[in-house]
Amino acid sequence: MKNRRDFLKVAGASALGLSTLSAGNAFAIGEHFIPADQTKKKDSVLEGTRWGMVIDTRKLTPEIVEDVTHICREKHNVPDCQLFEEPKKNKEHHEIKWIWEEHFHNAFPNMAADFLAKKLEDTPFLVLCNQCENPPCVRACPTKATFKRPDGIVLMDFHRCIGCRFCMAACPYGSRSFNFQDPRNGLVDRKPTNPDFPTRMKGVVEKCNFCAERLAVGEMPHCVEVSKGAITFGDIGDEHSEIRLMLEENYTIRRKVALGTGPSVFYIV
Amino acid sequence: MNDKIKIIAGLAIFVLIFTCPFWINGGKAKDVPKPVLSEKALAAKTCVLPKDEMAKNHMQLLDGWRNSVVRNEQRVYIIKDANGIEKEYDMSLSNTCLACHTNKAEFCDKCHEYASVNPYCWDCHVDPNVKEASL
Ligand code: HEC
Ligand code: HEC
Ligand code: HEC
Repeated sequence: MKNRRDFLKVAGASALGLSTLSAGNAFAIGEHFIPADQTKKKDSVLEGTRWGMVIDTRKLTPEIVEDVTHICREKHNVPDCQLFEEPKKNKEHHEIKWIWEEHFHNAFPNMAADFLAKKLEDTPFLVLCNQCENPPCVRACPTKATFKRPDGIVLMDFHRCIGCRFCMAACPYGSRSFNFQDPRNGLVDRKPTNPDFPTRMKGVVEKCNFCAERLAVGEMPHCVEVSKGAITFGDIGDEHSEIRLMLEENYTIRRKVALGTGPSVFYIV
Repeated sequence: MNDKIKIIAGLAIFVLIFTCPFWINGGKAKDVPKPVLSEKALAAKTCVLPKDEMAKNHMQLLDGWRNSVVRNEQRVYIIKDANGIEKEYDMSLSNTCLACHTNKAEFCDKCHEYASVNPYCWDCHVDPNVKEASL
């Protein structure tokens, strides 16, 4: 009897050990990581606890909106779907969007704005990925291709995207686009393609990355730089930051807050 | 009941057809390609890791690089070279590997063609040395 008990104990303990081993493997991302002592960040890196953005719509003009969307598309090799050859009939319905212009009614559909101020009727709104504090796309992603960084940026690892589009269904802001065809078909007018940022390929989803590649080298996002002060970027987790001061001094709204996603993009109206 | 000749002839034809790839190639294996080093690589003299290690493990290194950059936010690779001097590399496929190996077609592609590997990296990553085409 004693022997059987001991055997069961050992067997149980080993089974537990084995199961945690395999669970550990299942969560490992990629086979190969470079050891921590062989890597570092650039000295100029900008680091934060929660990156956020304030868009002052009072300062937005059609020219600024054009400059902002243009620089983003150019620097991230976002295709122009009008250049796609096929299928012609739904060209208009196909768009790859990182940051784009939207009307108030569409950006804030849940605000019952029956008699909207004339000023807002005429203002172009800029919308982009909200880099949510509680991002539904991350929960929907079956491969952990979309993940939330410690600094709040909701980033895509394009290498892991299998194109299932669960994230698109999960995102309440329409901030994600799917590449139904090779996006390079929409880059044929850009020679050379910007080699500093890879294009995407057919079958992956894409979205705004808050210019993670710029922060890594100590630069502000492209849209902020060309916005003539209409867009402020900063660490909303740091109570002494310029952006927090702005939030203190101005009344701001966010898109669809009632859903509980915690958007990090604020609008001054 | 004597089909000996037919059987032997059949077997002979079978063996001939089965081994025809060898006859067509004259019994020689295809030459192992010599990857051509670009001027820049020649000037630099050394790769990120020793040559043997690069030839064997460059895919693992690249995998490590992309995981470190995209998932760990680390963009600089630190490695001691053969003389014990610490060197730093920006972990970038297009802007480090291809900035030194400026001749992708004669270097990477030549080897890969021979080994019949077709890395899909170039569906997204841009060869900075190809200036006029959009690919
Ligand atoms: C600073 C220039 C430089 C950079 C950057 C560089 N290499 Fe090299 N690479 C070389 C040189 C020089 C050699 C030849 C080394 C020798 O002959 O000892 C070489 C050799 C190689 C080889 C072996 C070729 C053979 O004939 O067996 C491979 C594979 C390779 N490099 C791939 C890469 C990859 C992948 C990267 C990016 C991770 C990279 N290299 C980055 C200069 C460079
Ligand atoms: C010495 C020959 C040689 C050279 C030079 C070489 N490669 Fe390779 N590479 C290989 C071989 C062989 C494999 C396949 C290894 C395997 O499947 O285990 C491979 C595989 C790869 C893979 C993984 C492919 C996959 O689908 O998993 C990548 C990425 C890669 N090479 C990138 C490069 C780049 C970039 C260069 C040029 C800077 C380069 N290689 C130069 C021989 C070479
Ligand atoms: C679906 C598109 C896509 C494919 C396919 C792809 N990559 Fe990437 N890769 C990216 C994007 C986007 C980044 C992020 C660039 C950044 O943040 O600077 C990146 C980053 C990287 C980086 C680090 C940063 C840099 O500039 O290189 C490495 C290394 C890398 N990829 C290697 C590879 C290798 C090796 C392959 C092929 C086996 C590959 N990638 C295939 C899109 C892709």
